[in-house]
Amino acid sequence: MTRLIPSAALAAALATMAGGAWAQEEEVTLTYLTDGSPDGVAVAEALTEAYTAQHPNVTFDLEQRPGGSDGDNLVKTRLATGEMSDIFAYNAGSLFQALNPTETLEPLDDLPNMAGVLDGFKGVVTGTDGKVYGVPLRAAMGGGIFYNVPMYEELGLKVPQTWEEFEANNEAIKAAGHVPVAQTYGDTWTSQLFVLADYFNVQAEVPDFAEKYTANQAKYADTPAAMRGFEHLQEGFEKGWWNEDFGAATYDDGLRMVAEGEAAHYPMLTFAIGAIQQNYPESLENVGFFAQPGPAGAPNGLTVWYLDAMYVPKGGEHTDIAKDFVNFAASPEACQIMIDTVGATGPLLVEGCDLPADVPRAVSDMLPYFQDGRTAPALEFLSPIKGPALEQITVEVGSGIRPAAEAAALYDQDVQKQAQQLGIEGW
Amino acid sequence: MAADVSLSPDARPKARAGAAPRRRRRSPYPTWFFLPAAIVYGALFVVPTLASLWFSLTRWTLSEAEFIGLDNFRQFFREPFLVQGVINTLIYGGLTSALKTVLGLLLAVLLTGNILFRGTLRTLVFFPVLVSTIGVGFAFEAMMHPTKGAINVALDAIGIDGPGWLTNPSLALLSVALVDVWKGVGLAAVIYMAGLVSIPADYYEAARIDGATRWQLFWRVTVPLVRPATVTVVTLSLISGLRYFELIWAMTGGGPGFSSDVIASVIYKQYQAGFYGLATAGNVILFVLIALIVLPLTWWFNRREVDL
Repeated sequence: MTRLIPSAALAAALATMAGGAWAQEEEVTLTYLTDGSPDGVAVAEALTEAYTAQHPNVTFDLEQRPGGSDGDNLVKTRLATGEMSDIFAYNAGSLFQALNPTETLEPLDDLPNMAGVLDGFKGVVTGTDGKVYGVPLRAAMGGGIFYNVPMYEELGLKVPQTWEEFEANNEAIKAAGHVPVAQTYGDTWTSQLFVLADYFNVQAEVPDFAEKYTANQAKYADTPAAMRGFEHLQEGFEKGWWNEDFGAATYDDGLRMVAEGEAAHYPMLTFAIGAIQQNYPESLENVGFFAQPGPAGAPNGLTVWYLDAMYVPKGGEHTDIAKDFVNFAASPEACQIMIDTVGATGPLLVEGCDLPADVPRAVSDMLPYFQDGRTAPALEFLSPIKGPALEQITVEVGSGIRPAAEAAALYDQDVQKQAQQLGIEGW
Repeated sequence: MAADVSLSPDARPKARAGAAPRRRRRSPYPTWFFLPAAIVYGALFVVPTLASLWFSLTRWTLSEAEFIGLDNFRQFFREPFLVQGVINTLIYGGLTSALKTVLGLLLAVLLTGNILFRGTLRTLVFFPVLVSTIGVGFAFEAMMHPTKGAINVALDAIGIDGPGWLTNPSLALLSVALVDVWKGVGLAAVIYMAGLVSIPADYYEAARIDGATRWQLFWRVTVPLVRPATVTVVTLSLISGLRYFELIWAMTGGGPGFSSDVIASVIYKQYQAGFYGLATAGNVILFVLIALIVLPLTWWFNRREVDL
């Protein structure tokens, strides 16, 4: 710095008061912890580059973390020990609540761009004190079933609205010598989809399930609608719908199978569209999407997830600059950068940021559900309680190790443990 | 064993009260010489051990702890996967320890014999010990893939339909145990080799003059005299087998489902979920379990040694 400084003491005092003018000129390196998925990293790189272009004195040090429960562990531990990076990306909903946000995170209500963030999203990053703690990264997504369009056309199949139609399609596909459903238990988290993406159907039948479930009044094991997801897994295993190597196949194998026609269906969240676009671009238009079919006679709709949010931990060294970056990430401009980087994977969560006209097929398949209002948030956004062992339990059911009813009861015990840990009333 | 050695400075003052003059003559050092070691030992071992006992009685979020009595222990014993985990732990510890001991001794006999390329072969046996456990785990996970893995592709080539090594719930734990034996047997062999070369050749000569067969030489001379090495190998491999975690986590994550969970992986999953108090209670239980198995075992070994 080349300024004329009256005295060292004054300089030190100014530096501690810091903030505004001085911070603008200081060379600052912000640390940013992102999830290690290719999309997550690509978005983080694009956003930080754009911000550095506008503020040359601010550079970023990107760190990656593992996904799934290893990642949960890392984020919780670093927050609790005060070792968190200046900015980090992490799930919204129940996992966000488990971070104890009112104690560990900076409230972000006063960011200028927060006004443009859709209220539906704010709801899933609001702490128990009513303050908003995160801004959205990327788009909303649906949980449902990807399907291979050429295979459907070849066999003359229609998109199923009910579970019976889905069963009939699978039998036709199997009879034609193809794999009906891809399962990939090499990445255990992928096994939960049939249970979690069934939540639109659960709440259509039992509208107050989330409320009663949180209050310890409704259980998976004694709510037939809720247990159906587990039964679907058992049925798929018993009827031989899965690919031969389902126990060892990975998430990426599943995407390849449905994109290249090795399997007809892959139950997954629509954020996978970004990965298909990157890894199998020539097959992108061969992949369609539909919501998980429910019982006959009930409305057919989509279970919705919100992707990661961006957070600022309390007590960081560069909190003001970190908040300015997060404010930038919530702008329509940043939203556009995200679309350019990973493509349009679903409805966007910032006002003034619209989907381009030519979206991938699976995205346009998803939009009618949103336009007609046939959506419901996943249970993890309505209740703070999600049992940590669900992915192992669903692997067991899908592998034929444990029957559905027993699995649902086991999951209820897991849920109880989590609720007690969170100190929720009535447990 | 480590505890006995390091505890002695603490035990000194008590002993001195009774038999002061004799004790003082034994050590040429003033008491404060022990202070640095005592501080390190206290800060790194005594305090954390006592703290973990306390935290195992709380619901703990790392920043705050609420005392809940023995609830964590009750919860841990109610864990539906825990019983399976304890059985798996005992199977895993017993199996790997037994195989490492037997194979280690046989390899050591081979590698101290008069064979070609002895040095090279010794290196090769020890090599897996030096490789990163996680790396070994991932490599074998790829090789044990049910359809694309090298092992099943090779079996397929000779007309055998290979099983799902890691995806079959009744095989997964055994597959991991075999990889563990492959990786760890080199260490057992090295310990045995050291034991074997320290047996004086006179015993063998004497036995041979008395007309002992090769089998009798091995069974009546080698095995009894290599006993100290056996004690070391069994104790070390049993302790490491009972608290083993890395390889299991890298290869199966305790799966499929919970079928290859051991106590250590059950504990780790409680940490992952943020149940820190519960996980700490699990560690206390694991500590007690290992002590219950290993202490009587070493006592028995040591007693037999005196008899000899």
